[in-house]
Amino acid sequence: MELTINNKKYDVDLASGETLLTVLRDTLDLTGTKYGCGEGVCGACTVLIDGNPVRSCITRIETLKDKKITTVEGLETNGTLHPVQEAFLEEDAFQCGYCTTGMIMSSVALLKKNQQMISEKEIAQHMNGNICRCGVYPRIVKAIKRASANINKG
Amino acid sequence: MKSTKPINDIEEIQPDSLHHFAIDRRQFFKMLGSGLAVSFVVTDSLANGFLDSTLIDDVDEKQISAWIHIGENEKITVFTGKVEVGQNIRTSLAQIVAEELHVPLPAIEMIMGDTDLTPYDRGTYGSLSTPVMGPQLRKAAASTRELLLETAGKEWGVDKSFLKVDNGRVVDTKSQKSISFGTLAKGKELLQNINDDVAVTPVDQWKIAGTSVHKVNGKAFVTGKHRYTSDMNVPGMLYGKVLRPSTFGATLKSVDVAAADAMTDVIVVQDGNFIGVVAPSVSIAEQALSKIVVQWDSPQQPGRKEIFDYLVKHSDGDRSAETKGNVDEAYTEGAVKIDQTFHVDYIAHAPLEPRAAVAEWKDGKVTVWTGTQRPFGVQEELMNTFHLSKENARVIVPDTGSGYGGKHTGDAALEAARLAKAANKPVKLVWTREEEFTWAYFRPAGVITVKAAAGKEGKMMSWEFHNYNSGGSGIETPYAIDHQKVIYHPVKSPLRQGSYRGLAATANIFARESIMNDLADELKIDPLEFRLANLQNERLKNVLLAATEKFNWKNAKREKGHGFGLACGDEKGSFIATCAEVVQDDSSDEGIKIVRVVAAFECGAIINPGHLESQILGSVVQGLGGALFERVDFDNGKILNPLFSGYRVPRFNDIPHIEVVMLNRKDIPSVGAGETPIFCIAPAIRNAIGSATGKKLYKLPLLGNSMT
Repeated sequence: MELTINNKKYDVDLASGETLLTVLRDTLDLTGTKYGCGEGVCGACTVLIDGNPVRSCITRIETLKDKKITTVEGLETNGTLHPVQEAFLEEDAFQCGYCTTGMIMSSVALLKKNQQMISEKEIAQHMNGNICRCGVYPRIVKAIKRASANINKG
Repeated sequence: MKSTKPINDIEEIQPDSLHHFAIDRRQFFKMLGSGLAVSFVVTDSLANGFLDSTLIDDVDEKQISAWIHIGENEKITVFTGKVEVGQNIRTSLAQIVAEELHVPLPAIEMIMGDTDLTPYDRGTYGSLSTPVMGPQLRKAAASTRELLLETAGKEWGVDKSFLKVDNGRVVDTKSQKSISFGTLAKGKELLQNINDDVAVTPVDQWKIAGTSVHKVNGKAFVTGKHRYTSDMNVPGMLYGKVLRPSTFGATLKSVDVAAADAMTDVIVVQDGNFIGVVAPSVSIAEQALSKIVVQWDSPQQPGRKEIFDYLVKHSDGDRSAETKGNVDEAYTEGAVKIDQTFHVDYIAHAPLEPRAAVAEWKDGKVTVWTGTQRPFGVQEELMNTFHLSKENARVIVPDTGSGYGGKHTGDAALEAARLAKAANKPVKLVWTREEEFTWAYFRPAGVITVKAAAGKEGKMMSWEFHNYNSGGSGIETPYAIDHQKVIYHPVKSPLRQGSYRGLAATANIFARESIMNDLADELKIDPLEFRLANLQNERLKNVLLAATEKFNWKNAKREKGHGFGLACGDEKGSFIATCAEVVQDDSSDEGIKIVRVVAAFECGAIINPGHLESQILGSVVQGLGGALFERVDFDNGKILNPLFSGYRVPRFNDIPHIEVVMLNRKDIPSVGAGETPIFCIAPAIRNAIGSATGKKLYKLPLLGNSMT
């Protein structure tokens, strides 16, 4: 079966019946997407499917025909970081960094939906499915606000 | 009157081993030379271009070359056995070295936690990296700077006093002639001894240290390019899985591995109580495990319902922390008295990256990449298990997906190494979340009893404090009390337990600060005034004053249903005070909502204010979990909530408004900050709930285990 990941086409053996997370990490060596819980409740494995945030650890690849999958590896354009990545760096919005790629993918989805400036409450609501065990949530909120401001500035 | 303080050495609780390989039971013949001092070995990674010259064997740790190398390409490589688990020590140690060498931060490359390349280190725990490794590298870097100045002086025939270092060059201040560090050092080893009395840059002249530089390798994390152990991919690598026993303490009754063994490309390993499989993919390994027919004998063991009675009844002796005066007499004479028992549940570290290891054997030498806080401890475990000399067991720790005191052991490393040995190929083994919640170790559960009395005017008189099982850290009271009996009672815990961020200090300070609050209530004295009146340590008073001032403790309006609480404490040379405001909220499951928190912290001179703030924020947030809802539920040797859907941790919606106040004491050497800021959030919230609702709570977590 053919998967479209970060605008590239990959041929994947469907017989294995794996989750998208396993295919990304073990088959395609795209390890920016992380395993955290295996039940879709921690957000570490978040990727975008047609722009929407999805937990890849509970997503079967059979469901992904003709869909556009974006992982953290696909965020940079011509070597330039995505504004959300820049904002996470600027705000030091991580400690160990293990949740960071999932946080960034969820944030990218949020900011795509919300072109206007968003409130801290809306951010918390949208991001509640992503766990940062190091607990730097307030910095992540700041990073998302910074990214939102930068995107809106154009 | 006797005062004994033997308790400080027992802070770190070492978890029991998870496996007893059959190989362990044979006599282990100590290899000739295994007692050698740690030495550098020329390795592949060195030859692969980490450095542009090779270090040689047997480098003395007293010498600069054990810690710092300057390449001909101007790259400065720093070696430390500390590991990066999110506390940002990679950044702050690099800042310290850059400061002394007067080079820009990007000139520094840190090699961390590699037993072949870095000097021996006991481990990254106990908030020791900043107070111990910081000064070590500062002296090494300052000695390097002096050596470079001397070398240039000799070469030019100029007195050293006319020379300075600037931006990676030695400069003659008279002639303005200059030479780069790389040209001077020529890539050679810096064999001079580190001068313990070398002049280091005074804190008020710091230009790189003391500033909020970003995480040095941050870009690798936001792009997903950093490879944690669980992301590694070694050529020819296979995947391992381990068959877990049915319960804690279960022993193997019978096993039939034939069906699994018959599978194509699957290797089954049985060694003592250990059964594992190696396969070309995780899912095939899981299929193989499911084909193993196994029966376990499981002993009867206490569940969560019985645990607190169990701990008190099974206390295994007394370890006195403080005995002075006569507590019984003084208690009788007190004007207000409290006699209370506190319960603290087992909680899990739940690092977002579960335990993982990649192991590879080559010519009798095993190399294991793994996320651990003790690379040299894991090396020793490998040496003991597989009868290896130091030179034949190498542990490398990639920057790891957190630890919080939970990754002191080498469980995954041993498992991967055992499987890789059988497969004769590299093996990767990553624990599932359920394995991590079940087979890692926990922060100990505990029972604490306190009998305390104060005089009518608010002077503390008597303090009797017993801690069963959770540990001796933070057990001593900072309040001036003439009559004290403070005892830690160790217990053989039914669940595997070990270190945790801040260790038992969270439990001990929770009990102590709750009692102090309730005594003040009974005396009708403001809890801040009551504490200040009984405290002597100025640094502790300072954080208390800083927190309450920011919080506006004295003047803030207390709206209906709102309550304020505070707590303070110190450990390992750093000081924390936390204030919390809560409000009754009948619309939420918990019945209360935390409105705001102020944490004031002091740990000497601040090396990186931004990253220090993250450590304090992170401690407050992680502490919220243990304070409000984290607990491990278990019965008869089984964990009943081994998933994030059953074990609630703090999330975005749980986070109140948090303000952090950092006191920068430039006159005091820096100490660590990863632990102490976690201590006071639980008692501050508990005391605020008391003030809002009149309910006095005596259990951690405070709110039971309601799910999101």
